[in-house]
Amino acid sequence: MVPLKIKNKILGGKRISEEDALLLFETEDIFTLGALACHVAEKKNKKKAYFIRNRHINPTNICVNRCRFCAFSRSKGEEGSYELTLKEVISRLKTQNSKLKTAVTEVHIVGGLHPEWPLSYYMKMLSSIKKHFPALHIKAFTAVEIDYFSRISGLTLSDTLKAMKKSGLGSMPGGGAEIFRESIRDRLCPEKISGERWLEVMETAHKTGIRTNATMLYGHVEDIADRVDHLSRLRSLQDRTRGFQAFIPLAYQPRNTEIEGSYTSGIDDLKTVAVSRIFLDNFAHIKAYWIMLGEKISQLSLKFGADDIDGTIIEEKIAHSAGGLTAGHLTAEQLVNLIQKAGRIPVERDSFYRVVRKYT
Amino acid sequence: MIRKRAKDRLGKKEARSLFRKADLLGLGSWADTVRKALHPEEICTFVVDRNINYTNVCLNRCTFCAFWRDEGSEDAYLLDRQTIFRKIEETISLGGTQILLQGGLHPALGIRYYINLLSAIKASFDIHVHGFSPPEICYIADSSDLTVRETLSILKASGLDSIPGGGAEILSDRVREILSPRKIKSSRWLEVMEEAHRLGMRTTATMMFGSIETDEDIIEHLDAIRQLQDRTGGFTAFIPWSFQAGNTELVQGSGFRIQDSATAVEYLRVLALSRIYLDNIENIQASWVTQGLKMAQVALRFGANDFGSTMIEENVVASAGVSYTVSMKDIIHSIRSADFVPAQRDTYYNLLRFF
Repeated sequence: MVPLKIKNKILGGKRISEEDALLLFETEDIFTLGALACHVAEKKNKKKAYFIRNRHINPTNICVNRCRFCAFSRSKGEEGSYELTLKEVISRLKTQNSKLKTAVTEVHIVGGLHPEWPLSYYMKMLSSIKKHFPALHIKAFTAVEIDYFSRISGLTLSDTLKAMKKSGLGSMPGGGAEIFRESIRDRLCPEKISGERWLEVMETAHKTGIRTNATMLYGHVEDIADRVDHLSRLRSLQDRTRGFQAFIPLAYQPRNTEIEGSYTSGIDDLKTVAVSRIFLDNFAHIKAYWIMLGEKISQLSLKFGADDIDGTIIEEKIAHSAGGLTAGHLTAEQLVNLIQKAGRIPVERDSFYRVVRKYT
Repeated sequence: MIRKRAKDRLGKKEARSLFRKADLLGLGSWADTVRKALHPEEICTFVVDRNINYTNVCLNRCTFCAFWRDEGSEDAYLLDRQTIFRKIEETISLGGTQILLQGGLHPALGIRYYINLLSAIKASFDIHVHGFSPPEICYIADSSDLTVRETLSILKASGLDSIPGGGAEILSDRVREILSPRKIKSSRWLEVMEEAHRLGMRTTATMMFGSIETDEDIIEHLDAIRQLQDRTGGFTAFIPWSFQAGNTELVQGSGFRIQDSATAVEYLRVLALSRIYLDNIENIQASWVTQGLKMAQVALRFGANDFGSTMIEENVVASAGVSYTVSMKDIIHSIRSADFVPAQRDTYYNLLRFF
């Protein structure tokens, strides 16, 4: 049962508390929870559900952090490690664009913390992509990478971000947030920046005029209270900056990692989407990232408060290293079909949620 | 054996409008309530068994199937006795209680083959044989000039314990004409099941949806199953599953597009409707083989109370490009993390073991 008091708050458009969120996570009544989350989603986005034509590029898997939940990273010199040259980055974008009828509008770039590449390498990467593809939006570098760039260059966060923006950075993804609480981070990713630092990078980005996403990696060693704490810190920052575009709950993928564990349940995935939608009342969008949830659960998420299922995503590497069970990419037609069959209106968006095409 | 029907049984008309108009969550919530009333213990059962597909040679060549081969084809096969026995031994050593013995309609096999195979299995193993869906039964009957009833009696006497509900597809002859023109018609499928029930054999019933059927066809299918169950009470479970389009002729030839396949939302709608409509069938199976484990977990809240089989081996769906590798451990964990109590059952849904 969803307590009437919480139900009334949600229907009345009032903010719910952390205690309320805990109770929502514990409810068995996924049907009421889903309906309430849909109510919130529809108030914000009507019947629309978004997708984007995008592709991923991971310039390197060499990473000094080696987080325990990650199956993607390698050490320098280790078998299976790789690093792309700028030429390779450009040629990947080129070959790929020539194969598609409709070009991608966004490239998503995240990678390991490379021990040798200087800040100038990343700036050059951005500017040469912009030179070859002026219309392509570059969404790149998690807060963890930005922090690393600032440390290796000796620049302040703000100056690092400004340099990136000047070189062509359009917006930032929300990765590296994992779970903010320190006790969990110590077990999960002791070498990664703290939750506070992650939030600081994002706050600085927002103040620099860079919009970002936010994520939460759940289903490993955290409990429900850790998830609510995480959501609460995001909500507070968003109150101050309004710089977050979408929140993306990421289901943990257990294969080939050091902490192993198991896949989250489909029910937990749907509940997490729903509670996030209801709790994060100041976020415009909740994204059900199909790479991590699977296209089936992702589609169902549209009935549990999500309004975005990400995009065509050509060449996904990170989730697939950890036993992601999904295909490598979906076509725009497939995404449109999933959205329509869920009773929503598919909208192809750009990187700022402006409508590129509405499918009616 | 015959279950009492629900007091306010849903009519066909109501079912149709419910299926067309009701919101997914509303439908799910209703199905969940029905499931809870039938299975208040929050147990989700499964059977440990192995699919043994003794041959892939099949005269029917259904357009939605990627498994069949012609007799002369390079990868056509007929398992020898030794291989079948080894598979059964492995099944038993893994805690299995049943084998699902199914295959194509092989032109060289007559009733003798089946009698000998069943008797040999029963002479060597203490295992439940769940075997031969209605198309196979009819084929054996026709090729040996026997009635369905005679065929079933002979097979039963040789060791066949129960009959799987495959081959039902959609019980609409209009659809069957396109999907599987050589396969038995709806009335024969129902006839085999009715005869089997009258001989005291339990069976399951399936429905393959998400190909070219209409809503109407789905309701007619459910209604035919419900009516038969009213007469005999012989169905143990109903198993709706969605057409898997990869590698099939239906997709390659007929203009059916992969995106017309049932998505997650449609799967759950059909599952929920089945739970609500089939008030006289005790168990509804989630199909993790076609949907994956995460969806099977969600299915437990949309009307299902059983995970089907651990499928030590599965050939037919895998040949259409869908393959979820799953161990018993994965199944137990999945049920538990969906907040249900996992229990191994036998073919008759008697509980055998908790974990």
